[in-house]
Amino acid sequence: MNLRAIAAIYRFEMNRFFRTLLQSFLSPVLSTSLYFVVFGAAIGSRINQVEGVSYGAFIVPGLVMLSVMTQALTNASFGIYFPKFIGTIYELLSAPVSFPEIVIGYVGAAATKALFIGTVILVTANFFVDLSVAHPVAMVAFLLLTCLSFALMGFIIGIWAANFEQLQLVPLLVVTPLVFLGGAFYSVSMLPPVWQKVTLFNPVVYLISGFRWSFFGAADVPVGFSLLAIGAFTAICLGVIWWIFRTGWRIRD
Amino acid sequence: MPAILTIRDLRKTYAGGFEALKGVSLEIERGEILALLGPNGAGKTTLISTVCGITTATSGHVTVDGHDIVTDFRAARALIGLVPQEVALEPFEKVRNTVRFSRGLFGKPRDDARVEEVLRRLSLWDKRDAQIKELSGGMKRRVMIAKAMVHEPRILFLDEPTAGVDVELRKDMWEIVAEMKAAGVTIILTTHYIEEAEAIADRVGVIDRGELLLVEEKDTLMKRMGRKQLIVELTAPIEAIPEALARHRLTLAPDGRHLVYTYDTHAERTGITALMNDVAAAGLVLCDVQTRQSSLEEIFVDLVGRKAS
Ligand SMILES: Nc1ncnc2c1ncn2[C@@H]1O[C@H](COP(=O)(O)OP(=O)(O)O)[C@@H](O)[C@H]1O
Ligand SMILES: [Mg+2]
Repeated sequence: MNLRAIAAIYRFEMNRFFRTLLQSFLSPVLSTSLYFVVFGAAIGSRINQVEGVSYGAFIVPGLVMLSVMTQALTNASFGIYFPKFIGTIYELLSAPVSFPEIVIGYVGAAATKALFIGTVILVTANFFVDLSVAHPVAMVAFLLLTCLSFALMGFIIGIWAANFEQLQLVPLLVVTPLVFLGGAFYSVSMLPPVWQKVTLFNPVVYLISGFRWSFFGAADVPVGFSLLAIGAFTAICLGVIWWIFRTGWRIRD
Repeated sequence: MPAILTIRDLRKTYAGGFEALKGVSLEIERGEILALLGPNGAGKTTLISTVCGITTATSGHVTVDGHDIVTDFRAARALIGLVPQEVALEPFEKVRNTVRFSRGLFGKPRDDARVEEVLRRLSLWDKRDAQIKELSGGMKRRVMIAKAMVHEPRILFLDEPTAGVDVELRKDMWEIVAEMKAAGVTIILTTHYIEEAEAIADRVGVIDRGELLLVEEKDTLMKRMGRKQLIVELTAPIEAIPEALARHRLTLAPDGRHLVYTYDTHAERTGITALMNDVAAAGLVLCDVQTRQSSLEEIFVDLVGRKAS
């Protein structure tokens, strides 16, 4: 293991984040506050309670998941795509670094950034609503696994993308709709019966449901399914990465 | 001592089906400077990229100090520093961080003194906290060199290091190459400037269309190349070369008006003065004198041309 290389990649990636720290910090604070003003105060005053929780509190886990997923995904995909785009990847390829080490460096940094932003949102939300966490260990585990798995997926997208359009395609056309339709702002039980069935095909439902369960102890789907879903998702991403590693797909000519 | 770099029958066919390397074999001695000379598209960059791990070989074997570049890539690559042909740098990062990053990537412990030494050597110390995007083109090239040197490689690849760089940097680069050679580093550089190969290389390899046409000691090449011809044009034609000029081994052109004298520019005495004295003593009257050189360029063009036809 070239641990120094992993540390170098990780630090280099985090530098990119620190260069724009203010923006990295302010934008989640601002967007969370806006969500609370719009959803929490305006709409929430008409909804009152969902599953025994105030609507303001109910949307917090969904909000965190929404940001964490998109941040992990975009940071990781950009992180590895950018060196391909500007040509600095030559150095990664010619260094005594293995592909798994490259993955750990980039995915680790992207997951860290997402975790940071998730935490900022949780703290900000705490100013607006009273949050209690029923299962803290599960909460942290769900958060970490989500950061990690979406960063892995982002890494794959970054390797796959041949241009900036493709880089944005998957987050825009696949992930954002799935997350919005994944019950971030509503409970599945609030949907018409048909849609309750359809929505179960959306993997994000399981993640948000599980995460919400760790806060309030109530869930749309059994928490075991949620764990299974995120475990399976992580495994699929790792499998694809392993395949890329074997074949050198889109990395080495 | 065994060669530090051994390339055996290396072939590279790109995905599109283009065969960029057609079985290159080459041994590079420890501590030598090898210049790979070849026209654009010859396969110089492909050769370097394959040895360094940027592209994968279609077939063939490469070992670096005994380490196979595929099965033992860590040990092999740790010994190599690469300055690629194109400048590629993260524009928003600071000079010092970029160089520090390279050292870490190669598994070396952080060493700020070494980073400072390298940056100073490349006249970048004043710019250490500048973002890459604030640097001039020449400075960016210097950063590329700093990145390749900072992990103390034993083999340095320079892919067209002086293409389009200013005189200052070219001079610096040659000095650095000399210093590194003195420190025992093996250097492989590609160029299509013959003077560059002449100036610094120990051996010269000529590559064209994916084939290595020759690898020779520079001095041997220089001897071939160093032959010069002095052509003496006479006002009136002569039948034969006068006896008094016999020792100069001249040839007389069929028109009887041109005497051709071949000499070695690197010899201590070229014999030109003696020849001129003898020509005057023989009573020949000159109307013109000219010299021709068979340059490495000529040898090169000749070689490449012969292969092509
Ligand atoms: N990635 C690639 N895919 C397909 N062909 C390539 C690729 N890179 C280089 N080539 C081709 O291989 C040949 C050798 O290129 P290169 O090694 O860059 O030559 P040189 O460095 O000597 O100018 C050229 O004909 C070039 O077009
Ligand atoms: Mg080239």
